[in-house]
Amino acid sequence: MNTFSSAPQSGLSVKNLSVKFATGGVTHTAVHSLSFSLTSGEIVALVGESGSGKTVTARALLGLLGSNAQTSADQLSLNGQSLLANTEQQWRKIRGAEIGFILQDALVALDPLRSVGAEINEALTAHKWGTKNTRNEHVLQLLTQAGIPLAKERIHLRADQLSGGLRQRALIANALAMNPPFLIADEPTTALDPSVQVQILELLKQLRTAGHGILIISHDLGFVSRLADRVIVMHHGHMVEEGRTADLLCAPQHSYTRRLLDAEPGRRPPRPAVPINPTTLPLLEAHNLSFSVKQKNGTRKYIVQDISLSLFPGRTLAVIGESGSGKTSTARMIMGFQKPETGFIDFLGEPWSRSEKTGITEASRRSRRPRLAAIYQDPLSSFDPRWTVQTILDDALSVIHVPKTERLSRSLALLDLVRLPSTLLGKNPLHLSGGQRQRIAIARALAVEPSVILCDEPVSALDVSVQAQILDLLGTLQKRLHLSYLFISHDLNVVRNIADDLIVMQAGRIIERGSAQDILLHPRHPFTQQLVAAAQFIGDATGEHFS
Amino acid sequence: MILLPNTSFIILKKFILRVGGACLVLFAATTLTFITLQLAPGDPVTAILGGSANPTPETIKEIRTEYGLDKRLIVQYALHIWHVLSGHLGSSFSQHMPVKDVLWQQAPPTLKLMLSSLLLAWGFAILSVTLSAKKPLFDSAFSSLETFFAGLPQFWIGIILLWLFAYQLGLLPPAGTHGFSSLILPSLSLAIPLGGFLAQVMRESFKTTLDQPFVLTARARGLSDTAVRFRHVLRHALLPGVSLSTWAIGALVGNAVAVEFIFSRQGLGRQLFLAVSMHDMPLVTGIILFISVIYVIASFLADTLYVIIDPRIQEARA
Repeated sequence: MNTFSSAPQSGLSVKNLSVKFATGGVTHTAVHSLSFSLTSGEIVALVGESGSGKTVTARALLGLLGSNAQTSADQLSLNGQSLLANTEQQWRKIRGAEIGFILQDALVALDPLRSVGAEINEALTAHKWGTKNTRNEHVLQLLTQAGIPLAKERIHLRADQLSGGLRQRALIANALAMNPPFLIADEPTTALDPSVQVQILELLKQLRTAGHGILIISHDLGFVSRLADRVIVMHHGHMVEEGRTADLLCAPQHSYTRRLLDAEPGRRPPRPAVPINPTTLPLLEAHNLSFSVKQKNGTRKYIVQDISLSLFPGRTLAVIGESGSGKTSTARMIMGFQKPETGFIDFLGEPWSRSEKTGITEASRRSRRPRLAAIYQDPLSSFDPRWTVQTILDDALSVIHVPKTERLSRSLALLDLVRLPSTLLGKNPLHLSGGQRQRIAIARALAVEPSVILCDEPVSALDVSVQAQILDLLGTLQKRLHLSYLFISHDLNVVRNIADDLIVMQAGRIIERGSAQDILLHPRHPFTQQLVAAAQFIGDATGEHFS
Repeated sequence: MILLPNTSFIILKKFILRVGGACLVLFAATTLTFITLQLAPGDPVTAILGGSANPTPETIKEIRTEYGLDKRLIVQYALHIWHVLSGHLGSSFSQHMPVKDVLWQQAPPTLKLMLSSLLLAWGFAILSVTLSAKKPLFDSAFSSLETFFAGLPQFWIGIILLWLFAYQLGLLPPAGTHGFSSLILPSLSLAIPLGGFLAQVMRESFKTTLDQPFVLTARARGLSDTAVRFRHVLRHALLPGVSLSTWAIGALVGNAVAVEFIFSRQGLGRQLFLAVSMHDMPLVTGIILFISVIYVIASFLADTLYVIIDPRIQEARA
């Protein structure tokens, strides 16, 4: 395995750190007197939802907050040396050399126009390390250490030419270039597929063993519980709780920590299994769907191959897969946006999409379109930015020919249905929170009175506590309106208490299907087993992480 | 091994498409020139005669036959295309010399002017944007300056520069075509508005790039702000500038007309104006064709630059 050269012994200490931002005469305090310490060979996690001040704290430790931030602290020191009065020159000597920084997604955290080799090389030249030859040698060594095979060939590739796992390793190699004793990792695995998350987790553990002190910033208690020695929970800029990981998870003291733990999707009970009534007919049926693209060398690559699925009234069918598994292409075919190469789709007992050229026209689908609605990961980008909530709902209601005079009352009823106050009607979604936006998206989907709603990663961009609320709402609405959901997600935990049936996709194929409870408890395919293991939360694990 | 003929085939296909496109542009330019000159008022015979007083109807007829002006319009057009195709640009009516020689004489000063204006404009845009974007006070100050520059008409700048530097201060020559010093004022007149435009489009993309996570990564390496701006951000902001530059090549020729007049420079712009006003069909065609070729080369260079700046484009095209 990889061996990292041992990091020097030292400590990072923060006492009563406060960060204020002044914008246009208004001061906003992002962090209120935060105190913590980080020593070599330990991993401390800073956990909180968006707006908790965790990212601001990370940047304050590197002096990267920008000119409108005011930082004050009783102590902010590295190895006993105060960083409080640092000039930009002094900060630059610390960045990279004393404290390394790892960001969320290497695809955007490394310059997309340059090779990973050039990027890591720059981390060395910034501190005038070595000569051209020794630097190149060192970059190769760093890539290899970070677990990148064939580093000699990959040194010339850009981040987008590497797989998700490899480019995240390259990003970590970049932070390790000067062998800094401390690392700050801001959501280091959030954008990654579960199987890659596990690999990066292992890599970070190895770095701890090598003596690096690591500060992990995360919104994900589940992830952090597998890694951190100590956890600090932040809420609205305040530290609400700090403690050893096991203590904090098993016996949380603060009500917010308890709330956060309860919202954790992995902790929620699976939906009780209800067998499909053999006499009901499926609302939506897809048979042997395939779709391929032509590659550079002339051969065809299958994005989706032989996918069949049936969605029954009042049930949720979850499609689980990592990026590139073909789940999004399947969704596009089911929505009728993409014609399948082979196979066919029936909706409401009539043909919906056919592979043949003389297939179904959009005109023949139009009358059934309102019965199939969709919500997406990022609702904001699916709204016209100039529209208010009222115009959005108005537009949706006009599709099913609701008379103008009734639209206002219907819009209010819809807002009530998704539990939003009627005062939001005049607002622009831009000024709403992530959870409120997704509720608006659900209201819009419901406006056309659908039978089926396609949910494409509907909670992936939301904080855990908001995730739980949205999932609860979807569950309630399903019962009340007898809706069917086709729920697409990369995260098994999310579908845990909403899915009746489950399909697991890998490389364009279905590798496992069955009732959700069955698969979650007894996964058969090795890949599903890996997914289930990766999704396992500390609460129901055996406790091996504390050993 | 299998890939090799395949890739060379793709390259060949691309090459054919590009050359075909270029031919189409040149053909369109020739046709449009013909149509425009036919629609314009005036008689080419006057131009051919060089303004000699009261030609007899016989002389006029003779000239019409000699230059093919008595033929039907469609025949004239076919002949015109045929001449261009066979590389015979003919003789200029007004200059009484082969069009090739006129181009040979007039093109270098204009090309020099265009190139130096383009370089000056790029220099201004890069410095103004890179050193001021998102810096408090500087950003809005330089951004306003760029908008102001972009709004100035070239002929007005030309006259002001001429008045200030040539007549009041006497630092630079007011007119002439030769030497470096005679190039400065005309180049500035063209470069100032263009630099303003370039900076405006680059600033937008520069500011977006400054917010990208990789900029934070670069700063977290210990890189200085200036190094981050020049080594990382600038490259991302170049693309919109490069696309604008292709357009600018065309605009520069048009604006060169006024500037070459103000500074009494030799050049294609001035020559084109004279040729059009004298209905000098062969010369107009020659100059327009020449400019079209420059334009085709410029857009080819821009495409090549795109790929050098952003290698992902090449892969997306393939």
